Amino acid sequence: MITFMNNSDSEEEPCNERTSLMSAESPPVPSYQDGLQTAEAGEAQAHRKRRTGSSRSPNNIADGDMSDSGVPVRESALENEEEELTLKYGAKHVIMLFVPVTLCMIVVVATIKSVRFYTEKNGQLIYTPFSEDTPSVGQRLLNSVLNTIIMISVIVVMTVFLVVLYKYRCYKFIHGWLILSSLMLLFLFTYIYLGEVLKTYNVAMDYPTLFLVIWNFGAVGMICIHWKGPLQLQQAYLIMISALMALVFIKYLPEWSAWVILGAISIYDLMAVLCPKGPLRMLVETAQERNEPIFPALIYSSAMMWTVGMAKPDTAARGGASQQTWDAAEDGRENHRSPLHADSQMSETRSPGPTRPITSFEELEEEERGVKLGLGDFIFYSVLVGKAAATASGDWNTTLACFVAILIGLCLTLLLLAVFKKALPALPISITFGLVFYFSTDNLVRPFMDTLASHQLYI
Amino acid sequence: MGAAVFFGCAGIAFGPALALVLLTVAAEPLRVIVLVAGAFFWLVSLLLASLIWFVSVHLSDREDAKLQYGLLVFGAAVSVLLQEAFRFAYFKLLKKADEGLATISEDGRSPISLRQMAYVSGLSFGIISGVFSVINILADSIGPGIVGIHGDSPYYFITSAFLTMALVLLHTFWGVIFFDACEKRRYWCLGLVVASHLLTSGLTFLNPRYEASLVPIFIITLCTGLWAFVTAGGSFHNVLKCLSCKQEDDSRVMMYSALQVPFED
Repeated sequence: MITFMNNSDSEEEPCNERTSLMSAESPPVPSYQDGLQTAEAGEAQAHRKRRTGSSRSPNNIADGDMSDSGVPVRESALENEEEELTLKYGAKHVIMLFVPVTLCMIVVVATIKSVRFYTEKNGQLIYTPFSEDTPSVGQRLLNSVLNTIIMISVIVVMTVFLVVLYKYRCYKFIHGWLILSSLMLLFLFTYIYLGEVLKTYNVAMDYPTLFLVIWNFGAVGMICIHWKGPLQLQQAYLIMISALMALVFIKYLPEWSAWVILGAISIYDLMAVLCPKGPLRMLVETAQERNEPIFPALIYSSAMMWTVGMAKPDTAARGGASQQTWDAAEDGRENHRSPLHADSQMSETRSPGPTRPITSFEELEEEERGVKLGLGDFIFYSVLVGKAAATASGDWNTTLACFVAILIGLCLTLLLLAVFKKALPALPISITFGLVFYFSTDNLVRPFMDTLASHQLYI
Repeated sequence: MGAAVFFGCAGIAFGPALALVLLTVAAEPLRVIVLVAGAFFWLVSLLLASLIWFVSVHLSDREDAKLQYGLLVFGAAVSVLLQEAFRFAYFKLLKKADEGLATISEDGRSPISLRQMAYVSGLSFGIISGVFSVINILADSIGPGIVGIHGDSPYYFITSAFLTMALVLLHTFWGVIFFDACEKRRYWCLGLVVASHLLTSGLTFLNPRYEASLVPIFIITLCTGLWAFVTAGGSFHNVLKCLSCKQEDDSRVMMYSALQVPFED
């Protein structure tokens, strides 16, 4: 799920009156069918809404003094500034997400192509109990569908459990759960990964050194993710744990089950985020009502929110910043895989600066705006590309095609985000494109390109 | 064989492309988006062409080698035509995007010009086309093996690398010329670009007679490069000015207005 970071309080009532004003002022945008144009136009709308949402306070206060005719004029000036900012930031947001997604995929593909361990079949998770070693195709398909059903049900149950916990304010339980999972991910999985990499390159490492390395890596990771840390380091840790989780999935999910699960999870994501009674949507709305960030983990945030010279004392800003750094995500408790990944699909709709009373325009302009993407999205993108790298008969074209498809899907999702301005599922479009490109490239393009290459023909 | 061949050939094939991307595209987010979207368009065109080839192969007699070769030629020609068709489609999309960007920008000018988009889209087509042609070959060049052990040319890797480099540059130039021709509705230019692409692809059929294929392809690259340079507004005078590193007097007037009339739609 992806959203813009929004530093305003609840936007319902004021935004209604503003949107009606805004639509009158907004410049005519020809069509909403084209990519970039709507990207920019959409980003313009989004930023306009955000800016007006966030600058609501000063305007509301000024409203008392201003006449009604003054407000639309002020609005149009606002809109121009916003559109200008939109153009500056719209494409930047896309790149801010392209880079980490690409890095995560590079790590996963590099590991898959070099470390044999992650492509060997060594058993299956308990969530996919049915084996795919059956002779008949029908049986295999049936088994993979059953595996998918079990996996998705586990995910749904865990997500609902998490929503219930959140609704009844069992924060300590949730925090404990998250900390336990990130402990396992940062220590155990890293240890296994490091062991396999060392085995692949035949490098010897003694246990004391190993202990030191793993201990430092894990401890710094826990601090960065759950408490405070430099933004870049936090982002790096999030990318690494997403990659580790994706590798676990690539290793332990059987072939066909993995593809069916990818398809099913994007449908589930779509429903969970968009349906009125969807668990993730309820979670987002509950968080919005309470004006607090959704979870202190599981979200990759691309920028830190800070304001310069706020009316409120600095503690609020720093608190905001640290909470932002908290919004790192961890994810991947194997045992409770589902909720994690489901949670990780949530992202905040508002930043932790809701109690900021008045912000002037200059301060707003100095804020770094960013986009948030759930870690589950990272994980499933990487699973798709990693599976393509692992199983596409040594072919790099398939991997690259899936990579481009996922990036384009992400771009389109961000476009829709700018148009609709609410939390959106990030999986469906990318995974659909990725799956289509995987199967078509593997079966159609690969023989064509191989035949051309064998004659050294270029198209 | 081994790492030396891999790095050398990768450098030859993608050196210019990487330099162009790092110097001109990587800093601007909009250009990166245009790059990735261009790659997507090229991939879709390749998908359709492969589908056509695949269907035709399955409908035909597999044993007949000449027929299969003929189908391959046909498939390559269809692929070239589809690539150019998708380049046109991408032009249309970018044109609309350009208009949209200009509409919502404050001073009525879009942050990226159509010429820049032409260049980036050509580069994107070139990069993805080059990558798809040569990445598997590069991956094989690391591993153990002997090139041409069955009597094929031992220069396979290096000639593939040079061909890829030529292809990347050619796509960049074609992009610039194509978009300009579409803008100015010079359809003979369009036809010439398509014909030149077909010719380049056709010349590769002369491999492994590299003197007959590589040399003409590089000559074509050079000529197309000059043509693209002239199309983009370059001239001998410009080159001299650039090389002499003269500081151009900024004769533009800086407009500064503290009072701004509210933007009226």
